[in-house]
Amino acid sequence: MAGVLVFTESKGGKLKKASREALTIGRRLAEAAGGELAAFSTDAASAEEAGRFGAKKLYVAAAGAYSTEPYTAAVVQAVSDSQATVLLFAGTADGRDLAPRVAARLNVGVASDVDRLEWTDGKLRARRPVYAGRAFATVEVTGMPAIATTRPNAFPAEEAGSGAAEVVNVTAATDNRVKIVETKAPEAGEISLGEADIIVSGGRGLKEAANFSYIRDLAHAIGGAVGASRATVDAGWIDHQHQVGQTGRVVSPNLYIAAGVSGAIQHLAGMSSSKHIVAINKDPEAPIFRVADLGIVGDLFQILPVLTEEVKKARH
Amino acid sequence: MNSVVCISHVPDTESRIKIADGKKVDETGLKFIVSPYDEFALEEAIRLKEKAGAGDVTVLTFGPDRAQQALREALARGATKAVHVKGESGDADSLGVAKVLAAAIKTIPHDLVFLGKQGVGTDNALVGPMVAELLGYPQVNVVTKLEVADGKLTAHREIEGAEEVLETATPAVVTAQKGLNEPRYSSLKGIMAAKKVAIDTKSLGDLGLDEGDIYKQRVVVVSLETPPEKSGGRKVDGADPAAAAQEILKYIREQAKAL
Repeated sequence: MAGVLVFTESKGGKLKKASREALTIGRRLAEAAGGELAAFSTDAASAEEAGRFGAKKLYVAAAGAYSTEPYTAAVVQAVSDSQATVLLFAGTADGRDLAPRVAARLNVGVASDVDRLEWTDGKLRARRPVYAGRAFATVEVTGMPAIATTRPNAFPAEEAGSGAAEVVNVTAATDNRVKIVETKAPEAGEISLGEADIIVSGGRGLKEAANFSYIRDLAHAIGGAVGASRATVDAGWIDHQHQVGQTGRVVSPNLYIAAGVSGAIQHLAGMSSSKHIVAINKDPEAPIFRVADLGIVGDLFQILPVLTEEVKKARH
Repeated sequence: MNSVVCISHVPDTESRIKIADGKKVDETGLKFIVSPYDEFALEEAIRLKEKAGAGDVTVLTFGPDRAQQALREALARGATKAVHVKGESGDADSLGVAKVLAAAIKTIPHDLVFLGKQGVGTDNALVGPMVAELLGYPQVNVVTKLEVADGKLTAHREIEGAEEVLETATPAVVTAQKGLNEPRYSSLKGIMAAKKVAIDTKSLGDLGLDEGDIYKQRVVVVSLETPPEKSGGRKVDGADPAAAAQEILKYIREQAKAL
């Protein structure tokens, strides 16, 4: 039987959105392969929600806060206990840290950052953007288990309506050579780029660092993350965590609003798979308009404040 | 303080990607560069060596002959030794590459192993942690700040919208994120000095590796395609800010359904 095991992350029993997405595609794969969906967690309280997303079993290890080594040992043990043939990780910071380490221990490969997954002819087939989205590779994963990391926002999260997953305890070594000294929490109201449904991005058209306030105000009003072009990051106007594009984050939110971003090839590669794109730019020839569904040729300093106020009214 | 820095030679991030035979990138006319994240890794290793006042920075690459250009560039910036494992790295998957690097690293004295957090292009972000596992070392991934003293390292690791401060002992594997430092350019003096360094060239066989295992693709590329060119949507004159805002609002509401 071809079982699917999904590494999940949660806080206080509530699954991360990226984990719900991974469980949903995991369930589809399990159905296609005629197997069962199981989840891995370090939080037994997530059993109910994991069940709602289709997991029959929840393998739980008492491994504490995320750290590579104990988590590797626990996931490898869960793979062995569950006899999973497919192992999925959501492409979060922790998922991306863990998947390759687990794969190397099991002597198998990883299809990383995939935006499509299917089970065909007894094999896991995945599509993944390469060259920051300038090309798409279709790959087959032949290892046992076949491992993939899923790109956040690329898969829907849909409940399957079943009861709580049965908790199965996993016992594994907890040796750890890396100590977490401190975790600096994100600023209140800040949404990270990778997981955001809506991104409002600023470029050189903002003219100076202080004007990122135009972008932040709209992002906060609409409940989105703040993005930035490479030029603004290199100029030191904003932290690299906000950079969209080839040497930043490749994103595919539902809505991407680019203001004062001309659209260098690197930036376009990093955001053109967004589902809906709005661009505001003074230059009618700006390359960003080639990928925008709605292009506004105009002054962002005049348009954004009006738009922000309208969005606040609409969401009130 | 000895470091090994693994670098890869990748198509320039500005280049247009063309596909040959439906499976590979057409290399004709492409300009290759040191993968940008590897530049941060290299710079950090050079700074640590300079601070310690002693030791070697050995740059290591697995790739075809052209990859020597990347090693020369790294030497010109301040690396002191270079190892080239010859092979068609493009025909190996990430685990295959990691096995080659790990085997080569074992032959080089080191306190730390550096890589970029991902190779630009293939964008897998897998090799660093795989090398760490194969060497049995702790890993600190996606590092934006690093301090090393007395066999101990403190690293800031980027996580969703925040960061973690981690501590571990050397030897360890560190993968570099943008923001770790500002990489230097090569100087003319550096370029001249780099020419005098002999690159240590090895084959897979020299490292006791089995070609069948290295090129055994556990992840097989079935096809490679470029996405269809977007033609662009509606373009609207935004001379009237209020009207433009309404236009966007309508789009957000009706098309993106985000309000």
